[in-house]
Amino acid sequence: MSEYVVELKNITKRFPGVVAMRNMSIAIRPGEIHGLIGENGAGKSTLIKVLTGVHIPEEGDIFVDGEKKVFRNPVQAREAGIACVYQELNIVRQLSVVDNVFMGRAIKKGLLLDYPKMEAEATAALTTLGHPEIDVKKECGKLGIGQQQMVEIAKAVSLDAKLIIMDEPTSSLGKEEIEQLMETVRSLKKKGVAILFVSHKLEELFELCDRVTVMRDGEHILTEDIETMTEERLIAAMVGRTLDNLYPKEFGEKGDVWLEAKGINEAGVLHDVSFRAHAGQITCFAGLVGAGRTETMRAVFGADPIDSGEIFVKGKKVTIKKPADAIKNGIGFLTEDRKGQGLVLSLGVRTNLILANMKGFSKGPFLDDALIEKTGQENVASLKIKTPSLDEVTAQLSGGNQQKVVIGKWVNTNADILIFDEPTRGIDVGAKIEVYNVMNQMVKEGKCVIMVSSELPEVLSMSDHVVVMRGGRVMADIDRGSEHFNSEDIMKAAWGGELD
Amino acid sequence: MSNMKTEANAIKKDSTIKTILQKMGSIIALLILIIVFCIALPDKFPRIANVMNILKQASINCLISSGMLCALITAGIDLSVGSNCVLCTCTIAVLVQHGVKNPALLILVGLCVSTLAGFINGTLLTRLDLPHPFVSTMGMKNVLLGLALVITGSKSIGFTNTGVDSLMWIGSASIFKSGSFPGIPFSFILVLCVFFLFNIFLRKTALGRKIYCCGGNPEAARLSGIPSKNVLTFVYTLSGFMAGMAGIICVGRLASANANAGATYDNDAIAACVIGGASFTGGKGTIWGTLTGALIMAVIRNGLNLLGAQNDIQYIVIGSVIILAVTVDVFRNKMEAKARKMAAQ
Repeated sequence: MSEYVVELKNITKRFPGVVAMRNMSIAIRPGEIHGLIGENGAGKSTLIKVLTGVHIPEEGDIFVDGEKKVFRNPVQAREAGIACVYQELNIVRQLSVVDNVFMGRAIKKGLLLDYPKMEAEATAALTTLGHPEIDVKKECGKLGIGQQQMVEIAKAVSLDAKLIIMDEPTSSLGKEEIEQLMETVRSLKKKGVAILFVSHKLEELFELCDRVTVMRDGEHILTEDIETMTEERLIAAMVGRTLDNLYPKEFGEKGDVWLEAKGINEAGVLHDVSFRAHAGQITCFAGLVGAGRTETMRAVFGADPIDSGEIFVKGKKVTIKKPADAIKNGIGFLTEDRKGQGLVLSLGVRTNLILANMKGFSKGPFLDDALIEKTGQENVASLKIKTPSLDEVTAQLSGGNQQKVVIGKWVNTNADILIFDEPTRGIDVGAKIEVYNVMNQMVKEGKCVIMVSSELPEVLSMSDHVVVMRGGRVMADIDRGSEHFNSEDIMKAAWGGELD
Repeated sequence: MSNMKTEANAIKKDSTIKTILQKMGSIIALLILIIVFCIALPDKFPRIANVMNILKQASINCLISSGMLCALITAGIDLSVGSNCVLCTCTIAVLVQHGVKNPALLILVGLCVSTLAGFINGTLLTRLDLPHPFVSTMGMKNVLLGLALVITGSKSIGFTNTGVDSLMWIGSASIFKSGSFPGIPFSFILVLCVFFLFNIFLRKTALGRKIYCCGGNPEAARLSGIPSKNVLTFVYTLSGFMAGMAGIICVGRLASANANAGATYDNDAIAACVIGGASFTGGKGTIWGTLTGALIMAVIRNGLNLLGAQNDIQYIVIGSVIILAVTVDVFRNKMEAKARKMAAQ
């Protein structure tokens, strides 16, 4: 028995135009929870895909239980005992839990499927995970996200995987579901299963992991016991420099109310929502997931129809029926889901940058290519968008750079009121700070910035004013100067408590 | 920094090579076909009269394909173009039967009918939120064909000697005739003009760019203030208009109106676009590629005809060419990816 269950030695993987992983080594012990962390584009996904046989590395060796292996396809990796729970779940929602657990390796009795046996095994796997309550005959689409994830993990468990890779497993889960997941991970560890836990959230790593590996620019930076680690050192290793301040807040000059909503109602979603946002300030919307913050923003922006309510821009009542109306009134909206709603991934940076203001970049019906080129180059420079050229397809960019392209899109509309919905979700620390600096810059220029955020430290550090929502209602309205401007009171309001 | 710049340049250079390859790919295929037929039929195929004939034969498909290309770019499809084209011709025929002889009026009415049909396609798709244009346009394909059969009483109506020669001239005439030179078909000159405008429209105008955006991500386009639904409605209306224009060419080209004449038009148009580099997943395709695709189809049909091959063989060959063209495209993309990978080392 070797010391490591899975070991990668000096792996190099190249892609068109880029070396995704250079001389990377990582060794995982049996029964350990091994954290893997790095900025977006650091090479974590590539590492996972090499481990699961999706990518074949050009150089280097893979060892499983001390034995050298070559994975030419995902099936070989699976047979060697490596399973992966991807961030975007590989669940066929229309099929039952059993069908999903045994996808591609159904148990047969003669020519027919042996459902009783598969059901028993699936139930056994889910029981091991502490979720005997999941009905294995149920359609997966009818389960919650947390339960769907358990089905994925059950798939791995029923394979007798030695190593289960979990890629950002908590990103779409609620607090309670995260707790449950952590319990499951710990119980797997007790059974001797090794876990490679990929996460952006430092606190999860500290809570869960035994050891942690940091990657940067496709290379191995360090592997250490988590006990000897500090948060600062982890971040420094990740970004390659020390960050003095994760939240570089700067203050603008408070101006007039530029965006005001009065009594917005949307049946079953929003109830009498009113708020004011000033120029020269960052107004944060805090609350739990599902509190109606995104819905409020979509209503203000005209993305969803409202039943009643009034919207005032710079003191003037406006009618906003569709996003184009909002844009005409100088409102920009960076959606939470940048891939699904922010970018046209199949098109280049150039076109995405002018997406929201084609008219401004046209002379008559014709696009003004010279102006587009000039503005594009300016955007790339000022927002530090890392792209080989303006013609690069946005699908090829990292999450942080995609977000910057979306920001550029709204900068180019000359919007005065900018709504950022979870702008830093899923992007790395370095890019986060750059996003904050863009917001600071806007506020200093006297613009009105609104940020929806679920991260309390971010809310407390970056906001001038906080609106707390719960269940589609505004619960509290707190100024930075107020005595309630602290995490306890904001959480209290978010959970429905009264502030005095 | 300088390193990054050279890398960026290398990628840029790569992408120009890629675009050239993408443009040239179908042209090379066309040249190979021409050479093959020149060798197989040395005294029939490479004659100037035959070349002009091919261009004439390609015109209808070219015009229909230009509208189809826009639908494909939006990740949609327009299956009603064949019926729509035929309906335009039949409408004109019925009007002629009833004594309308003014060519301008006939053209206007024909185009209006087809454009309206296209507009209905777009409206069904965007306002009734039908799941995919496949549904709305397939439905309309049958409706329009039915209408064409109804108004013509399921009969073929001839245009010859009905006093609309000037209308027939558009589809049948050749200009710049001199001596042995048979002249260039007017219909193909019309195609070139239309395609030139399409090229500018798709590449240089805001609306053209919006078509690509709506194809790539309609929700992102909507949230960026682009009226996706209007853009899609426009695309299907345009496709209807182009089908109508093809219908007007049909008047002179076929010299008769027959509701069943358009049976292969939808497939031919899709094939021309796909051979020319368009993709069913949207966002891809150029008008010149489509022109090449349509010419490839016409050359194959013409060459096989001259060889004495029947319709049945033509179907088999064209089907194989479509599959081959897309396979080559996929293969070429893979090779390019490999080349870029080598360059990165």
